[in-house]
Amino acid sequence: MSGALIVARYALREAVRRRVILVVLVLTVGFLALYGLGTAVTFNEVNSLAADDQLDDRVLAGSTLLGLAMFTILFLGAVLGVFLTLGAVRGDAERGLLQPIVVRPVGRTSLLLGRYGGAAVVCAVYVAAVYVAAMVITGVAGDWWPDDPVGPGAGLVLGVLVIAALSLLGSVFLSSTANGIAVFMIFGAGLAAGLLGQIGDALAVQTLEDVATVSSWVLPFEALYQAGLHALTEETGGITGVIVQLGPFGGAQEAGAGLWLWALAYLGLVGAAARAAFARRDL
Amino acid sequence: MPTVLSCEALEKRYGATVALGGVDLEVERGELLGLLGPNGAGKSTLTKVACGLVRATAGRAEIEGAPAGSAPARAAIGYLAELFRFPEWLTADELIALHQDLAGSDGGAAERGELLELVGLADARAVKVAAMSKGMQQRLGIAQALVGSPRLLMLDEPTSALDPVGRRVVRDLLRELRSRGVAVMLSSHLLSEVELVCDRVAILVAGQVVARGTPAELARPRGVEVETGDGVRSFPEARRDDVPRIVAELVSSGQQVYGVNLLASTLEDAYLEAVGAA
Repeated sequence: MSGALIVARYALREAVRRRVILVVLVLTVGFLALYGLGTAVTFNEVNSLAADDQLDDRVLAGSTLLGLAMFTILFLGAVLGVFLTLGAVRGDAERGLLQPIVVRPVGRTSLLLGRYGGAAVVCAVYVAAVYVAAMVITGVAGDWWPDDPVGPGAGLVLGVLVIAALSLLGSVFLSSTANGIAVFMIFGAGLAAGLLGQIGDALAVQTLEDVATVSSWVLPFEALYQAGLHALTEETGGITGVIVQLGPFGGAQEAGAGLWLWALAYLGLVGAAARAAFARRDL
Repeated sequence: MPTVLSCEALEKRYGATVALGGVDLEVERGELLGLLGPNGAGKSTLTKVACGLVRATAGRAEIEGAPAGSAPARAAIGYLAELFRFPEWLTADELIALHQDLAGSDGGAAERGELLELVGLADARAVKVAAMSKGMQQRLGIAQALVGSPRLLMLDEPTSALDPVGRRVVRDLLRELRSRGVAVMLSSHLLSEVELVCDRVAILVAGQVVARGTPAELARPRGVEVETGDGVRSFPEARRDDVPRIVAELVSSGQQVYGVNLLASTLEDAYLEAVGAA
């Protein structure tokens, strides 16, 4: 078995044994139950409204609810990804956990790959599963399904993987607490930049749109999330489409292949930076 | 004897602080080297450079001819840090199994059983690290360092948390390893432990080796004491060769001689002298 796989298996076992997975599952069931209740009540209300020729209430309610769920899933996935990686290097080294492993022949690169791989598998499976659950709940409760059911989920998964990679890179330089704070601040800054971009788009303010564009390149998880929101109603036109895209849980920005490629390249760049920094780090 | 660890003009600086200031050191196959020195002398840094945990600023460190930190060098060593911790959720057996995987050891359950037996943890295979005392964890640390049959074992304060029985177990273990040809670099503050078990000693002060040799070489003659009928008489300048003459003179002068003690400084004396002079 390769060194990275050994470390990844160890990281997965750690997540299970330390009850990270259990706690996350219990809380997620709570979230989905709450979401199911909210969705059912909302669609009951929608069904009691008089039909509007201009505005499709069902689409408006469904996309907004699922957009809200996507925001929550992105946040929960980010929490999971950050907590699984925030102490991977410096935190573990300060506690004396890392040194016995680093002196083994597997090497530092394999160690980083393994730690990231373990966290990535947990996060990807979690985010994908919760997204599918939320989508099914929305579909069953309101008979509304996103125009693109796959893209938004894939965007969320990739976005969370980007956040986990940033957390892993930060762990090379910062102690666990400082790294956790830094990554969540970056996460918050990304979301704020995205909201500014939506406002800029609605009001046609070029400066705000530029801020959003730059932030989407620097922090692609936000752009992936926005693109996912957009994909929920990408084929919805008319007033309904316009209102949904005004947000806050509707996306005005389409991803395009460039964003996906950039996000993958970004992962590679962050990984390479983490590898180079870790290789030079005294333990 | 082939050299297992070789350090030449090894330097490590942290900004303006010199942790190692040009260390030359060798450890041969089957040799037990004791590394002594006060806190901050550079013992742990030297060990970490040899393990590849810390990069040297200048100089050379090699394990069996491979640069320290390279994959072949890491494959040849076993290491127990002074400040270590193992995942609390692992059992002793699982921890050793993890290190078997990391070291590429195919020893399986037999190796795990043998190592835990060696350190007196045979009955604790299924005990989680969280439930172990510090002493048990230290013995488990020694067992993990031995995974994959390393040719060079580097132990940084391996007996600091052990009771006298545990220390004896480790001493016997180190002697057993030496007989198998394993080289050991033992960093310790426990001079008596080092004196009892090490073939050679190197004393580090402020990042430099200020004294080295066998414990006997480092010890200094401190004269002769003769127990006579009139009490104990001291001859501070006398050596072993002077004893027959001294006894003959005392007897011829009518004194009764009951015993003779050759006085020599202990390793502790040599250590304090080296540290004080530096």
